[in-house]
Amino acid sequence: MTEPFVHPYIPNTAPESKAAMLAAVGAASVDEFYADVPAELRLGRALDLPAPFTAEQDLVRHVEGLLAKNVSTRQRLSFLGAGTYNHYVPAVVDEVIGRSEFLTAYAGEPYEDHGRFQALFQYQSLMAELLAMDVVNVPTYDGYQATATALSMAGRMSGRRRILVASDVLPAKLSKVRDFVRVHLDLEFVETIDGVADVAGLVSRLGDDVAAVWVETPSHTGAVEAQLRQIADAAHAAGAVLVVGTDPIGYGVLTPPAEQGADIVCGDIQSLGLHQWFGGAHGGFIAVHDDPKFIMEMPSRLFGLATTDVPGEYGFGDVAYDRTSFAHREEGKEWVGTAAALWGIAAGVYLALMGPQGMRDLGEVLLARTRYAQQRLAAIPGIALGDTAVHLREFTIDLSGAGVTAAGLVEALRAEGIEPGVPVGEHRLLVCITEMTSQADIDRLAEAIAGLDTGSALLDRRDADHQTSVSIPTLEEQSA
Amino acid sequence: MSLPVAPKPALRRFHQASWDEPIIFELSTPGERGVLVTGLEAGVRDAVGDVVGDLPAGLRRAVPPALPEMGQMRVLKHYLRLSQENLGADFNVDIGQGTCTMKYAPKVNDQLVGTPALTAMHPLQDPADAQGVLEIVWNTERMIAEISGMDEVSLHTQGGSAAIWSNIAMIRAYHEANGEGEQRREVITTIFSHPSNAAAAKAAGYDVITLYPDADGYPDLDALKRALSPRTAAIMVTNPEDTGIYNPAIKEWVDAAHGVGALASYDQANANGILGITRARDAGFDVCHFNLHKTFGTPHGCGGPGAGANGVSAALAPFLPGPRVVREGGADGSASSARFVVREPGEQSIGAVAPFFGVVPNIVRAYAWMMALGADGLRAVAEIAVLNNNYLLKKVLEIPGASAPYATGRRRIEQVRYSWQELFEETGVTSEEIGVRASDFGMHYWTSHHPYVVPQPFTLEPTESYSMAELDEYAAVLAEIAREAREDAETVRTAPHRQTVHHTHHDDLDDPERWAITWRAYQRKYFGIPADSTEAAA
Repeated sequence: MTEPFVHPYIPNTAPESKAAMLAAVGAASVDEFYADVPAELRLGRALDLPAPFTAEQDLVRHVEGLLAKNVSTRQRLSFLGAGTYNHYVPAVVDEVIGRSEFLTAYAGEPYEDHGRFQALFQYQSLMAELLAMDVVNVPTYDGYQATATALSMAGRMSGRRRILVASDVLPAKLSKVRDFVRVHLDLEFVETIDGVADVAGLVSRLGDDVAAVWVETPSHTGAVEAQLRQIADAAHAAGAVLVVGTDPIGYGVLTPPAEQGADIVCGDIQSLGLHQWFGGAHGGFIAVHDDPKFIMEMPSRLFGLATTDVPGEYGFGDVAYDRTSFAHREEGKEWVGTAAALWGIAAGVYLALMGPQGMRDLGEVLLARTRYAQQRLAAIPGIALGDTAVHLREFTIDLSGAGVTAAGLVEALRAEGIEPGVPVGEHRLLVCITEMTSQADIDRLAEAIAGLDTGSALLDRRDADHQTSVSIPTLEEQSA
Repeated sequence: MSLPVAPKPALRRFHQASWDEPIIFELSTPGERGVLVTGLEAGVRDAVGDVVGDLPAGLRRAVPPALPEMGQMRVLKHYLRLSQENLGADFNVDIGQGTCTMKYAPKVNDQLVGTPALTAMHPLQDPADAQGVLEIVWNTERMIAEISGMDEVSLHTQGGSAAIWSNIAMIRAYHEANGEGEQRREVITTIFSHPSNAAAAKAAGYDVITLYPDADGYPDLDALKRALSPRTAAIMVTNPEDTGIYNPAIKEWVDAAHGVGALASYDQANANGILGITRARDAGFDVCHFNLHKTFGTPHGCGGPGAGANGVSAALAPFLPGPRVVREGGADGSASSARFVVREPGEQSIGAVAPFFGVVPNIVRAYAWMMALGADGLRAVAEIAVLNNNYLLKKVLEIPGASAPYATGRRRIEQVRYSWQELFEETGVTSEEIGVRASDFGMHYWTSHHPYVVPQPFTLEPTESYSMAELDEYAAVLAEIAREAREDAETVRTAPHRQTVHHTHHDDLDDPERWAITWRAYQRKYFGIPADSTEAAA
């Protein structure tokens, strides 16, 4: 450390500058500036913090040393999903969001931050094409918040309290949504059948006090909802809206929910060009039709096109700013603040790179590898698929026939350098497949699980009297 | 002409890049590809058949999404041009965005978080494989606990307003656990506290009471005492407020709230000037939050991701969000024997406020920022930020037409909400027009000073990151624009003149018939081009 204390991040720690500035304002010391802080509230000692690494090279050694204790999914074979997904991140995405101009800007105006406005307008527009909707927000925090807000919008629009939850929802997401909406809304669960919505059950629960039906597709277990149109029609007949929580990753091949009657589509954009980052890179989208009744309930910023004094020049600005808490504090819609704009720019770059064919190819790879993994794992004696729905990226396997718990399987495979998935029940394991999981990776997982057959973990299985495998129906059969 | 080069003029002859870049859809060329997807193995294809063709008709997208088709370098070039049309904090003297604490976000921290040892970590991996990142999360919590004086800290939220939500959600859970959820229906805040305190309290179901300052700009203790009652759930205040005025009676505020059984919540968005000087818990606060993207040097990312840190007293700790990172072992003081484990939230927790552990790359950046500074460094951050602010205050008040309402003659902490009211009365030029003109000089000056209590407001927060010369430059730009307002108002009114785009018409943005929030909507509304139906013809 230098003596006197001069720090590279703080130019005016230079003694000459500090002295000159104190003299300029006529202060003997910086203490004068704290005249309003009562003596009894002064800390009066140095903070008790670890000794710093003021030289950059020492800091690097320290932090890299800590991070070297991590063993990443590049060193482990990972089948983990449950909200954070291991998709490929093109180099151009990292290059763009690493640019100082974007990385270090904040809330500039449409003139000096034209680039930010255009990049985020384009994000909104690219997402809109993928989702076949006309309006997408500047990202909110994450898919949890997007869903909580989407349901709250439905409640505010209708003045109704009931929300029918038609799908299996990721428990952490449900936790957030429940605590966020509970003052205004009541969540009611309609149990799923074979992984997807029980439409008849839903219809029997619908009434003129239902604000929204909430569908997740793919669901917590990766099941794609095939009856969205019927659900939408039933909800609309009761004057309710259909809120669909989803991951945009599949819409190169799957019909977007808006085309099947969804009114609000929401979810997370981490899959679109963002690293896993230990679950630390999430952004939430909310998409609606170009209907002011919906738009005026959105809390987030919306960037729109504008003309300028120069013909042919695109300008931008905030659409319907009066909705926001910036404009009207508690009279605004929920609130708006720093959220996830940079991740929105990343997702936009990702979609621009992928293009229609890339998103189609990716969707096919995800569907195909997911199904391949289902086939391979279900062929192992004692293991069954959790349901027969169409799955994208994630699915569950039922281990009860194998006499092993999900936690036991995870423990056994971790010893082999494999993260086989996330336990979602005593005998249920949620397995995630992405384009990063090759056929060889899936084969290795299947062989490792099958190999446990002769080991201790699956020992009990031999005593069990059970069906040793299920045949996988084709997708056509599943939809019948 | 010949050497030597003439001296520079007093003010920088700035011009922002102006690429006149089309909207990305206009750059599409059929058949071009930006990035290719890994091929499907023959073995997989043989086993599963045509998965897309086999999709039920209702699930199969009939018309591909109308995304642009562009070669890789074209995408790169388009976005890099847009980046050049953006004035990041790394480029300008970014002190005109008061309340936002625009400070240097060290480059080394960006490098550190870009390693696969962090980017390729999944949050549900075996904690034994995540000891490095868990240790950083745990240590960051402990350091912020020391800085705030609080007992426990959570780093789960993605921004300051999200952290405010956590504050009020914990307060709500606390009162409910004590059987006072029905009784305590009101939250009291002040007009110079961030609007999200009011807005989040409302979203949590509370009635909001907003207090105004006394004539001298100080929060009004008598007004608080009149507003407090057994119905009060909490006070939610900022200190110093966005005026840069520190409430010297803050302990009395907290005590008064406690006196009626309410909790005290501290929005520490403006903590930059008081790091190591005074702490939330020492004033009696029950909960508080910091913005890591403000006070702790993580980049602002065009509006996020930021990160929030919520501190709580022991009494509120059971209500913290989860999952929690817990250190086990190491009781002998040896860090090497400690293990970091993950504990799911308990019964009373408000649950998962966000995915997993929060914005991990920013938590790591904030950790590295603190570890580069230490206790002496954090104190220097505060003291220099406050010195810079009072220095700038003096420079700004030397500009005819500028004033600093409230607390006349007194020092401020880390920012000041100024007013151009005198200049406006004299010239008719508004603060907003001055802001646009400032961009012609490569300076950022924002127009968001909610609430608009101070007339013709502008808010400057110089932080510790700017040198004396940079503060002089900023003040000189303001002085020049004030001179222009008097002598050549038209130049100010018709600004910008040296920016990416020209004067923009915002009339269409509030009219549902005319607004265009996406390219798709624009095409439909103005050119009658219907979006392709993507549903399969059944």
